[in-house]
Amino acid sequence: MTTPRSVRSMTRRELLSSGVAAGSALVVGGGFVAHSTEAWAMEPTTLSPHAMATLVQMARDIYPHDAIADAHYAVAVKSHDESAAADPAYARMMESGVRVLDTIAGNRGFPDYLGTGWELDRVKILRSVENQEFFQAVRGGLVVGLYNQKEIWGHFGYEGASFEEGGYLYRGFDDIAWL
Amino acid sequence: MSAPFDLTDDSVVVIIGTGAGGGTLANELAQKGISVVALEAGGRHLPEDYINDEWPSFSQLAWLDKRTTSGGWRVAKDFSGLPAWIVKAVGGSTTHWAGASLRFQDHEWKGLTHYGEIEGANLLDWPIEPAEMTDYYAKAENKMGVTLTNGIPGLPGNNNYKVLEAGARKLGYEHVSTGRMAINSQERDGRSACQQTGFCFQGCKFGAKWSTAYTEIPAGEATGNLEVRENAHVLTIEHDDGGKVTGVVYADPAGNRHRQAARAVCVAGNSIESPRLLLNSASSMFPDGLANSSGQVGRNYMRHMTGSVYAIFPEPVRMWRGTTMAGIVQDEARHDPSRGFAGGYELETLSIGLPFMAAFLDPGGWGREFSSAMEGYENMAGLWIVGEDMPQESNRITLHAEEKDQHGLPVPNVHFTDHPNDVAMRNHAYRQGAAIYDAVGATRTLPTPPYPSTHNLGTNRMSADASKGVVNKWGQTHDIANLFVSDGSVFTTGAAENPTLTIVSLAIRQADYIAEQMNQGML
Repeated sequence: MTTPRSVRSMTRRELLSSGVAAGSALVVGGGFVAHSTEAWAMEPTTLSPHAMATLVQMARDIYPHDAIADAHYAVAVKSHDESAAADPAYARMMESGVRVLDTIAGNRGFPDYLGTGWELDRVKILRSVENQEFFQAVRGGLVVGLYNQKEIWGHFGYEGASFEEGGYLYRGFDDIAWL
Repeated sequence: MSAPFDLTDDSVVVIIGTGAGGGTLANELAQKGISVVALEAGGRHLPEDYINDEWPSFSQLAWLDKRTTSGGWRVAKDFSGLPAWIVKAVGGSTTHWAGASLRFQDHEWKGLTHYGEIEGANLLDWPIEPAEMTDYYAKAENKMGVTLTNGIPGLPGNNNYKVLEAGARKLGYEHVSTGRMAINSQERDGRSACQQTGFCFQGCKFGAKWSTAYTEIPAGEATGNLEVRENAHVLTIEHDDGGKVTGVVYADPAGNRHRQAARAVCVAGNSIESPRLLLNSASSMFPDGLANSSGQVGRNYMRHMTGSVYAIFPEPVRMWRGTTMAGIVQDEARHDPSRGFAGGYELETLSIGLPFMAAFLDPGGWGREFSSAMEGYENMAGLWIVGEDMPQESNRITLHAEEKDQHGLPVPNVHFTDHPNDVAMRNHAYRQGAAIYDAVGATRTLPTPPYPSTHNLGTNRMSADASKGVVNKWGQTHDIANLFVSDGSVFTTGAAENPTLTIVSLAIRQADYIAEQMNQGML
């Protein structure tokens, strides 16, 4: 991902959702989502930056791994922007899904989904929509989109392909010591 | 040298499918000097092509043609388009299988006799006596190089096995070992010993695991009597006015159709495609499909009572290192109705990689309950439960009324609902599996639901009585003398054991029968 060339002025809504209230480090700008500490940003072509930022937060809330950086969740949801670019109906489904999350959050006294501070409160919002097409599209995409990123396998200890190393016959297939 | 046979050559035996049944039968017939054309829907992939990466490998090997599902099984909800995880390639699912090679227990050949009538179950005895299979099992074990037979040492146990073994011993289980596996523990037949790579399900890159793709098929081709035509997807079987089959129609990758004439046809497309092909071959003479006078084609679909137990420990296990199915507990495989169910089950270690764990641990699950289990991946051990499930007439493969495949033919629908006996057995196995791991300090156990089916059985079952099944004791259809079924769909009942060794043994036996019938001028 690229770093945005300039940070344009933000709307009030974007400022509200720019991370501080959410306990998240996502910065939503005009045309981009950036991260306040990780060196990445993305510029969605079809979905709004607010929707993309919401998807990133939603991805973390669906499969929370606290030691995995936002960048990997961003990669995991990026394909929704591509699908939205190819299919206006898909784009509408994603944008309206995000609006529903924000509306529910608003009804519960939060600024929006991103502005809902505690994971527990966000998860309650997600539980209320988990049978809907929008949620299932996001969750379903994450199973492969997140866990099939080789860059995060190390976090789980998973070593991936072994053939190139000659298998594990001489590399610890039976090295368990605690039994 | 493989022998190219003419499309109009009606002296050839046509075999549809090149997996455990079809691939073995093709080689056995070729070795006897019989001309064989084997038609394989998939392409030819060999060890150098296999991929140590679960999703790309799945795309390379899995049967992904359109299928639908129905019934009470959770697969219909979570994987509605993927009822089975099997392979479309030369070698069929012997590319993907884990290698467990267990003989049936004697009583399992006679399910109805030993279990009695069970409500809702369509139990039947196999028309085969256990003693008839002894020599064929021995031939299959020798051919496949099964460990702990023929003087072949067992495989060394990996970490996942060591955890299972220690827990099982603490529980008092006695029949615990690295099992009988068609994976070389030492070099044999020009194939390497197991290098403990993991990824048995993705095709063994060392060729240490027996697969027809690089054993039976090239051996048959070397005789000059076998031609394997890959990417040849059989659509229908044709017959003459006398009710004998005369050839098959298949599509090539461009969608062009060809007709291969045949002296006899052997169907070995796995238990979903085989009945589908018979049903799709319906004609005015056989309006309900070929060989279906009993109405049993497609019925009695079995998939083994399965499930998994994963367990998380305080320390690393790294279960993915080494053979996927690295050991077995067999104490629960017996028939002992005092446990509350008929038949028995095996407990076999299993490991799946992180990408597949995310897909299969708790399909649809999310939130910290799910992700914290994934966090425990490095410290996980795992086992797979494989037990006998009850044949039920209503569990069946049918042709979908509207959905068509890429060739314009109705897709198969796979309908399955657990029998109460299956549920009782699974719950017992979940408890025992968890107890094994608890005994060695598991801090969390995860009873994991069945995956899309790998053991697909029973949809063209064997029967002595032609009104109760599709094929006789030789796999020859009751209705059409030169039409055979040569895969796991002939299973009358499923037994507790992984089916491949029995499929291979039956194929060797069927080859003897076909050759004998030819010599006698019957075929």
